[in-house]
Amino acid sequence: MKTFKTIAVGAAFAALFSTTAMAACGIESGRVSIVGNEFPAIQSIAAAAAACAGGDVTVESNLTADHQKINVAGMSGDPAEYTTAVVANSSIVALINEDVIRPLDDLVAKHGQDIPKHQLITVDGKIMAVAFMANAQHLVYRKDILEKIGMDAPTSYEEMLAAAAKIRREGILDYPVGGAYKAGWNLAQEFTNMYIGTGGDFFEPGTANVSINNENGIAALEMMKALTAYMNPDYLTHDSNATNAEVEAGNVALLNMWGSRTGNLMDDEGAEEDVYSNIAVGGPLMVGGSGRPATTLWWDGWTVAKNISDEDAEATFLAMKAGISPDMLNDETMSQAVWLMPNFEASPVNEGVLATVAASATPYPMVPFQGLLHTALGDNIADFLKGDETAKQTLADIEAAYTVAATEKGFLK
Amino acid sequence: MKHSSFFWFVLPSALLMLLFIALPIVSVVTQSLYTAHEQVIVEVENCGPFGCTKSTAIDQEATETLRAAEPLGKFAGLDVYTDRNHLAISEVGTLWVESDGLPDFGSALMNLPFYKAMGFTLSYTAIVTPLTIILGFMIALAINSVAKVFRGPTIFFSLLPFIITPLVGSLVLFWMVDARGILGTGLQWLSGDPTLSVKASTGLMWAMLMTYGVWHSAPFAFVVFYAGLQTVNQDTIEAALIDGASRWERIRYVVIPHLTPLVTFVALIQLMDNFRVFEPIISFSAEAHATSLSYAIFNDLGGETRLLSSAAATSVLTIVGVAILLSPILVRTYRDFGK
Repeated sequence: MKTFKTIAVGAAFAALFSTTAMAACGIESGRVSIVGNEFPAIQSIAAAAAACAGGDVTVESNLTADHQKINVAGMSGDPAEYTTAVVANSSIVALINEDVIRPLDDLVAKHGQDIPKHQLITVDGKIMAVAFMANAQHLVYRKDILEKIGMDAPTSYEEMLAAAAKIRREGILDYPVGGAYKAGWNLAQEFTNMYIGTGGDFFEPGTANVSINNENGIAALEMMKALTAYMNPDYLTHDSNATNAEVEAGNVALLNMWGSRTGNLMDDEGAEEDVYSNIAVGGPLMVGGSGRPATTLWWDGWTVAKNISDEDAEATFLAMKAGISPDMLNDETMSQAVWLMPNFEASPVNEGVLATVAASATPYPMVPFQGLLHTALGDNIADFLKGDETAKQTLADIEAAYTVAATEKGFLK
Repeated sequence: MKHSSFFWFVLPSALLMLLFIALPIVSVVTQSLYTAHEQVIVEVENCGPFGCTKSTAIDQEATETLRAAEPLGKFAGLDVYTDRNHLAISEVGTLWVESDGLPDFGSALMNLPFYKAMGFTLSYTAIVTPLTIILGFMIALAINSVAKVFRGPTIFFSLLPFIITPLVGSLVLFWMVDARGILGTGLQWLSGDPTLSVKASTGLMWAMLMTYGVWHSAPFAFVVFYAGLQTVNQDTIEAALIDGASRWERIRYVVIPHLTPLVTFVALIQLMDNFRVFEPIISFSAEAHATSLSYAIFNDLGGETRLLSSAAATSVLTIVGVAILLSPILVRTYRDFGK
């Protein structure tokens, strides 16, 4: 016990000295508290921001997959528990809706002149977040299997169906198509991709009135159903992790997958060599003839809480700026994401996301009521895929469920 | 007991119950009667790494004055309860008029989220509760007749399903019934249908959830009944033996009447638990096939935009549902007490 105490005291002193020495980033005092999702890229940023701690500056972080359930509550108090939330273009909407994050124009003017303009997220002309990475879903395929059937990598879902049919016909795989079709958020995301690909708009312009019960909606659902015929019958329980497990097990040859998750498929962990060495990424897939890719672009970025002192806000801004500074990119962090910093060097894993950006795919809509529609989609699409009802009925159910929710939240009268 | 000592004796528990049970219920009921303010929506231009897009946003300044005037939100009365995502009064009315006979009405009703959830919740409760009691009783009888030396280990193993965290227990089963899991493949082999998948069929998914429910809570019923078996009057059993009663007759006419109060107790707890079925739906990823009221609450609160009023209304409906479900047993207990 005595030894333990000595070590503890020693460690405390060491920590004290080292942090005092590290008081950098140009912050004199203030409290920085980060809440965000948990994946390597964000962990690297939180670690780089934590290096700003020392003296009167404290930096804490709470990185968890459940961040969306706690960030609004944690920023609603005065003073807010979290001084910054790391969010994506879908989840920033909840923070803007509840008015818990502050515009960053004055802080950018004072401290952020060197942040590239394309990293600044503006809503109605006000800077609300600073983005640091891009993400998108795009084609991932097994090149050995496509070679075997003598087909090129598909560029559209129609071609994907043709390739899948041939793979099955030749007896290579029973269920060659993969997809995160788990009922709920994932399934809604796949519909969102497909519906955008057909050229459809979710709402009547400028209003919260939903309009998806149309030809585009039906086409999107029909294409999804056609794809599920080539998926493992358990597809309604497969999220991204389960889908990737199927790929790594060598059961899937074609899928639409997140760029941030392809690294796991291409590394030598969890799969046989003839599987992981044959994984290749393609661009975004098209559907129909709209010319708009059937996928959405995503960014991840950080915000600053509204209900905190200006001193803490300044400290938070500087610490997070240090967290995403070009200096934090090194051999280890470079491949963790498609970074938006100017000195980012892409590796083969990132080609899918970059191709999606180059194809001018649509960003996931930053609309105040998109989240309500997403939930309604996730709750109802399975009924159609299971064959319990018609596409028209499903779309009508989605519209009705959304309308009730939007009325409750005050978006509709 | 004197009135004053009784008062001081129950005061701490009464206070705690008020604080942790009554007040939250009041708050939930209040929440369910209010909805969010009307949001003033403006068209804006959003810019980011992927260029600029036309979009909409909430006009915070205009909405702020509305919020300040009525901090609780807009009073909606019972609107949330009657809307399509809950009791759907007007939709049910229309269905009743338009539907073509009862089966058609029933299937259309199951398309409404609340009735779909109730459909599964009530079937689950009605099937799992009696099966749990019967299975628990059978295990208790079996273990009671095991030689004393082996009783400890047998009891331990029988309790395992109850000790395992529900989430973990159901995940274990979930992977075993996967089309590529040991039970899933076994089922395909037994049925001779290589495309059979428990997770893809609503009927099989329901059956699996219910099997899991019985598997998980039977040990609870077992422990209670086993304790009860230790208090059965041995003289009566011996008398019955001398009268030539068979083992079945002894159980039917001596043991079961003795355990009746315990059956009521287990039924009460199980009805409440089963009506709130939640964990298996999450860990079996059964959302596409089965939903429950608790799942609806979770779903309302788990989205990117939280539906607090909707979740509150579902919570109140759950409380009402539990009260209705328990009323026959409570009335009976009260009558017995009155005797």
